Amino acid sequence: MPIYLDYAATTPVDERVAAKMMQYLTVQGDYGNPASTHYYGETAKQAVEQARCQVANLINADPREIIWTSGATEADNLALKGAAHFYQRKGRHIITCKTEHKAVLDTCKSLEAEGFEVTYLTPLANGLIDLAELTAVIRDDTIMVSIMHVNNEIGVIQDIAKIGAITRECGIIFHCDAAQSIGKVPLDMQTMQVDLLSLTSHKIYGPKGIGALYVRQQPRVRLVAMINGGGHERGLRSGTLATHQIVGMGQAYAIAQQEMAADNARLTQLRHDFLHQMQMLDEVYINGDQQHCVPGIMSISFNYTDGEALLMVLSELAISTASACSSASIEPSHVLQALGMKPELAHGTIRVSIGRFTTADELTQAADIIIANVKQLREISPVWEQHQHGTI
Amino acid sequence: MELFNDKIYQHYLHPQHVGTLDNDDPDVGTGSIGSYGASDVMRLQIKVDDQQNIIDAKYKVHGSGAAIACCSYATARIIGKSLINAGQLTSQQIAAALDLPPARMHCAMAAEDVIKAAIKDYVTHHECAGC
Repeated sequence: MPIYLDYAATTPVDERVAAKMMQYLTVQGDYGNPASTHYYGETAKQAVEQARCQVANLINADPREIIWTSGATEADNLALKGAAHFYQRKGRHIITCKTEHKAVLDTCKSLEAEGFEVTYLTPLANGLIDLAELTAVIRDDTIMVSIMHVNNEIGVIQDIAKIGAITRECGIIFHCDAAQSIGKVPLDMQTMQVDLLSLTSHKIYGPKGIGALYVRQQPRVRLVAMINGGGHERGLRSGTLATHQIVGMGQAYAIAQQEMAADNARLTQLRHDFLHQMQMLDEVYINGDQQHCVPGIMSISFNYTDGEALLMVLSELAISTASACSSASIEPSHVLQALGMKPELAHGTIRVSIGRFTTADELTQAADIIIANVKQLREISPVWEQHQHGTI
Repeated sequence: MELFNDKIYQHYLHPQHVGTLDNDDPDVGTGSIGSYGASDVMRLQIKVDDQQNIIDAKYKVHGSGAAIACCSYATARIIGKSLINAGQLTSQQIAAALDLPPARMHCAMAAEDVIKAAIKDYVTHHECAGC
């Protein structure tokens, strides 16, 4: 089995979470519809509300501010489209960043098609947003700023407390996609002026297919619902609640709250040792700001190493390359392009992401495999030879 | 979509004929194509005896797995062949031998081109050596 180093894509469900979820499925369990008013519905509802508290606790919010969704993508859609549609009479300008997840970028594109105007900030070369530039592009008709907390490819942490201070002063809604940061970086809705926060479960050892949107109540943020139906979730997101998924997310968040500090300390050490091994190769670059980053995500570029070949030779590792395969060519990731990285370097980039179940042994093995293969690819490359001879 | 298969991967796992021949040797012809950052880069060198037969060949390649395999296969195929024979190896033959995905056909074309470039380089040198 390949070594799993793709925790930023998804994580295995923690056994403690899976055990809890099992109590809400079968005839022996609490399988009722939480919207039903009888005994079965009530017990399911209690479980849903307990999970809502667990999610709210992790971000220091009120449980009534949590709206269940199918995941962070839906939360991003609901936040952006919902707020844009509600506040469009106030203005039709939105600000986001080029390094956002596609769930935000594509939603913005869809809003542009409706006539909204979107400004896409270019981050600094370290992946962080220039707050002065953000302030400079705010206009009278700006209604919303959407900036992610932790980037999924390079792991940099944006200063959302400062961004929130800027947007609040201007009376603009601040949406933040926290899919990669929840349970890994402390979030506090009492001190951070975030108005809408997208959350997911499956990147923090909960099940896939469940997420939430935090919607601030003080000052109140209004949204137009996208999914209409039975009026669940205060009318913002209709549809029968998936009790077992919700319970799983709640349990995963409760565990994260307990274990975040210990997990981070362990991952920081693993990251340090792994990157130290990578530095044994020449022409290796670690992308993104190394002070403001989560320990679990490492973006590593190998110069003079073809990305597509790297993808092939590292097929014994479950990692992700920073490129998306299309039929005819390989496109370097939009994130690395936004950092201003040369395409040939962006192509030779991998993302190694680690988590709760990654062992030091696995990482040592992975490092050996990566180093050996990069060396071999360079050995057969005329470009590497030119580099060695100083003729490139 | 799949951009490589096991035949392609095997060429990477068992590299043969990777390397460099002495460029100053008058019996060596060197073909180089592509530019870094814009395309795959291939270099193929042939050593030719006075019967016009290729007695050795070496390659280096910077590119996808398919590019590596095309170069490796083409190099192995032309060793022991006459210049005329080697010049007749087509991209279709290379692609067929490796079950190349259609999207990687350009790698086979590059391999055909780099053989032709190496032969041309050798022939040019040799004509000049006599004049």
